[in-house]
Amino acid sequence: MFSRKRWKEAGTAYTLLSPTLFVLLLFVIGPILFAIYLSFHKVQLLGTASFQFVGFDNFTRILDDTRAKIALWNTVKYVVIVVPTQTMLALVLAATLNAGLKGEKFFRIVYFLPTLTSSAVLTLIFMWMYNQNGLVNHVLEFLGLPTYNWLGDPSVALNAIMIMNIWSTAPFFMVIYLAALQDIPDSLYEAAELDGANAWHKFWYVTVPYLKPVTSFVVIMGLIGTFQLFDQSYIFSGGSGGPNNATLTVVLLIYQYAFKSLGTMGYAAALAFALAIVILLATWLQRKFSKEESLY
Amino acid sequence: MRLGKALLYTILVLYAIVTMIPFLWALSSSFKTLEEIVSGSISFIPKDFTLDNYKQIFVEQELFPRWFMNSVIIAVAVTILNLMFNSMAGYALARLHFRGKQTIFMIILAVLMIPAQVTMIPNYLILKQLGWLNSYQGMIVPAMINATFIFMMRQFFINFPKELEEAAALDGLSRIGTFFRIVLPLARPALAAQAIFVFMGSWNDFMRPLIILSDPNLFTLPLGLNSFKGQYISYWNYIMAASMVFTLPVLVIYAFFNRYFIKGISFTGGK
Repeated sequence: MFSRKRWKEAGTAYTLLSPTLFVLLLFVIGPILFAIYLSFHKVQLLGTASFQFVGFDNFTRILDDTRAKIALWNTVKYVVIVVPTQTMLALVLAATLNAGLKGEKFFRIVYFLPTLTSSAVLTLIFMWMYNQNGLVNHVLEFLGLPTYNWLGDPSVALNAIMIMNIWSTAPFFMVIYLAALQDIPDSLYEAAELDGANAWHKFWYVTVPYLKPVTSFVVIMGLIGTFQLFDQSYIFSGGSGGPNNATLTVVLLIYQYAFKSLGTMGYAAALAFALAIVILLATWLQRKFSKEESLY
Repeated sequence: MRLGKALLYTILVLYAIVTMIPFLWALSSSFKTLEEIVSGSISFIPKDFTLDNYKQIFVEQELFPRWFMNSVIIAVAVTILNLMFNSMAGYALARLHFRGKQTIFMIILAVLMIPAQVTMIPNYLILKQLGWLNSYQGMIVPAMINATFIFMMRQFFINFPKELEEAAALDGLSRIGTFFRIVLPLARPALAAQAIFVFMGSWNDFMRPLIILSDPNLFTLPLGLNSFKGQYISYWNYIMAASMVFTLPVLVIYAFFNRYFIKGISFTGGK
């Protein structure tokens, strides 16, 4: 009797889980195993598909691939600049919004617009603004600053994408900070005031330390997102990663090797694993780093 | 203190301007004539205000309504399926006892850590084998569950009061009946937050359609916009008009649901 009830419960559970298990097996776990297989083979899809075992060739090839090095360098540069900047901007905006001023709701709705808009639309709007004869250059000229060929000059093209993405991602993280800010007990600020703290002291010695776990979360999410930069680079460069590989990111390179050139699908799979390891390593380092910090 | 307030307001207003300018600029460009676009004018108010761009894009590219429909069909299907399946999985993991529960839960957590690029290539080959490239099901089926939201629903159901289910069981309702008739309707706030995120994710997705869809008839909006840009690269008045048309639906949804939106983010924000 008792065990029949348990069987029934297990049956119910697996019925409820069946769509999830189906998708997980067919489109996640199966593909991961398949990706491992691909990364050790040379894949030829034309005509009858052929898979030729090549051992670690696809992985060692990464080390000799100049474009892979450029892509990794671009991506790392992008991550190192964008993650800290968007995190700080998000925190400052959230703290300002949380100061109890009037119109908070209005500002929150406005700030949130970029998060709602698709990456394709945002990239097109910015390409239009970055045009040589466009709004950004006119404003720079007006301010007496140098103007750039944002889309065509390899030395600034990636910066153009960085600016755009900091602008569009910071508000999302701002909302996460806002939610956490509302949890900080007033008593902490009152105690700080009794000790003679000014607004800056309160922000630096109460708010920032209190939000440390949230910051850690925001940084990890930021790392994962920035390492996977693709849409903007693709649309910006029409899929090429140009000018002169300046906007070539690791994911764009993987896409090109997998779908735009012949016989390099296995190599693309190996690159994807390399990227996964880099991301894991970065998040692990971040965790380790923030834990050690909290000891002091 | 008053000085401090003024400073805070300055920051808020400045950043609001920084946020608004690209949208206002795009909006104003969408009402300008091609001559004014080419002349490099930086006026936010169009010299010769015109609605032609909005008409013309549908003439130049008759597939626009089609792309719009494709996006709607895919996003709505993905959203409905996600709401159902993620809740079902979350409920099973939160409430039921069965063998393999820990393993399945660990796998779902592990899936959260794996970047999409790893599965992207084999997924393409699998869909190709199934004959699902260039099809709605190729876009919908792989996207119909989401590990993040299964996890979120599990957290939600763990904190859900047990008494209601026990009462339902006493009334003779089965476990599955209880789930669909009692539990799910009460999970509405969590479902609303999830619905918005899944819908937006699908509506705005660029990479999946880029890989799966090559037939222009099946393009979704982001993909269609990108190809439109390729054809009309210096017609920024058209490109901006098209961009504005396709941003509107999301803004409307946001206007209605923005309460759930904020809630949803703090939900996914590990709180």
